[in-house]
Amino acid sequence: MTATMNTSTLDALKIDAVQKSYGSLQALKGVSFSINRGEFFGLLGPNGAGKSTLINTIAGLTRATSGHISVLGHDTVTDFRTARRLLGVVPQELVFDPFFNVVDMLRIQAGYYGCGEEVWPWIDEMIERLELKAKRTASMRSLSGGMKRRVLIAQALVHKPPVVILDEPTAGVDVELRRTLWAFMRDLHSQGTTVVLTTHYLEEAQEMCSRIAILDKGEVKALETTGALLGRHPFRFLRLKLGEGAPLPDTLRGLIASEKDGVVELKLEIAKHPINSVFAALRTAGVVIEDVHTREPDLEDIFIELTRAGSAA
Amino acid sequence: MNPDQRGFYTLLKKEVMRFWAVLGQTVSAPVITALLYLLVFAQALSGRTIAGYEGLSYTQFLVPGLIMMTVIQNAFANTSSSLIQSKVMGNIVFTLMAPLGPLEWFGAYILAALVRSVLVAVAMLAVTLIFVRLPIEQPLALLAVFLLSAGSLAALGIIAGLWAQKFDQIAAFSNFIVTPLSFLSGVFYSVHALPAFWYTASHLNPFFYMIDGFRYGFFGTADMPIALSLAWITTFFAVVSAIAYWMLHTGYRMRK
Repeated sequence: MTATMNTSTLDALKIDAVQKSYGSLQALKGVSFSINRGEFFGLLGPNGAGKSTLINTIAGLTRATSGHISVLGHDTVTDFRTARRLLGVVPQELVFDPFFNVVDMLRIQAGYYGCGEEVWPWIDEMIERLELKAKRTASMRSLSGGMKRRVLIAQALVHKPPVVILDEPTAGVDVELRRTLWAFMRDLHSQGTTVVLTTHYLEEAQEMCSRIAILDKGEVKALETTGALLGRHPFRFLRLKLGEGAPLPDTLRGLIASEKDGVVELKLEIAKHPINSVFAALRTAGVVIEDVHTREPDLEDIFIELTRAGSAA
Repeated sequence: MNPDQRGFYTLLKKEVMRFWAVLGQTVSAPVITALLYLLVFAQALSGRTIAGYEGLSYTQFLVPGLIMMTVIQNAFANTSSSLIQSKVMGNIVFTLMAPLGPLEWFGAYILAALVRSVLVAVAMLAVTLIFVRLPIEQPLALLAVFLLSAGSLAALGIIAGLWAQKFDQIAAFSNFIVTPLSFLSGVFYSVHALPAFWYTASHLNPFFYMIDGFRYGFFGTADMPIALSLAWITTFFAVVSAIAYWMLHTGYRMRK
């Protein structure tokens, strides 16, 4: 290997002003951010935000129109061999090679990365951990969708990459696989692997990721620690089960976030709508309340807030 | 073995395993088809002599051309079908994401096609021994023509496999270019027997020099001087290889 070490080797991934256009469509509009070594990083965004384009560009499946990407200091274009050896990508699509069985497929994949028999025990361990043992010599074409997903995950990890990108790994998989996968990824992360996750299950990202980027329409809308992101919008939710009595006063109707089966959820800005004043307004209006809950905003609320703001702009 | 070499070796092994898994379709079937040609044509045209090949039976004349025609078609099919299948099924991402350069891709695909070509040629030679015995007068020329011809068609298969976006396009490439050119290349006849126009046209068909040069390897005589055949085949190999390599290097229709 003739790798040239970059000075910013603290970055597991460095994405620098990456643009990608398909004709007149700008899928990525100068995206820049870095992911630190050892992070569990979430890359979120609605459909069509540019997440997969960005991941494909990192993986070398797509060529950036301009900008640079490096993996642990190695440019993905000029030093692609080293960069790719340091990276494992689980693609979103459920692709497989029908000519091979599970173990052969994994050994072939390891060989592409220059790994030989020395990684066979690791392959066996992954087969065990991802509960593929019974399918070890089964043809790829005979596997169910969930099993194929497990093989895809193992394929991305055969060469023990220090940086792993999972592009919606739990899309369409059952609860058991999600649990198995997250336990496995937590273990790898605890051993120092940098993990980048895209998912539509925002509770997964909230639980797993220490830092999150939200991408929308090819631009980074937010890039913060998960805690900072959750505290970014100073609002909380007040859920009221209304009884027989007066309806909600007009002054509060503008705060309704959702309303279903007699349960109303109000979205309150903490500074503007202190909870005491809300209860005072309810009492004055003669509203009968049967039950009350408060809820702090979760990642889904923040996500909707940010991407809606993008849509409105 | 360094990591790059292992990557190349693995891709080569995978390409061989791919056609090996369906050996009945990739080796046996073309051998049987070629044998049917042999039975029909040798029976229909038995007793004929070929101008310029005095002393040879028609069956002896036919066998080298049939072998080369089958090799040409199979070398093309091996690379083109592998690439189009991987592209259509999406599993090409496994190799695209791997640290493999264009040289490893090119070398592995060409060599795997050569392995299949050797298997097809050896199987055909073994089976045709039942009907006819062939001398090998010029083994070096035979080997050079075989490798360059199979390599050329394997490279042409890479071009077609990268260019095509669906199976129909590969079938069209094969049906309208490779098969007609291989049939009209003097497999079943000597070009000396053709009318003037087709005689001239044959000399613009690179497959003609592959068949003719291969026949020279067996009999030490052919329609064209071996140096000219080798020059044509080498030039054709260089051109299609350069195009195939450039397409792999740029990620043509693979890396968006």
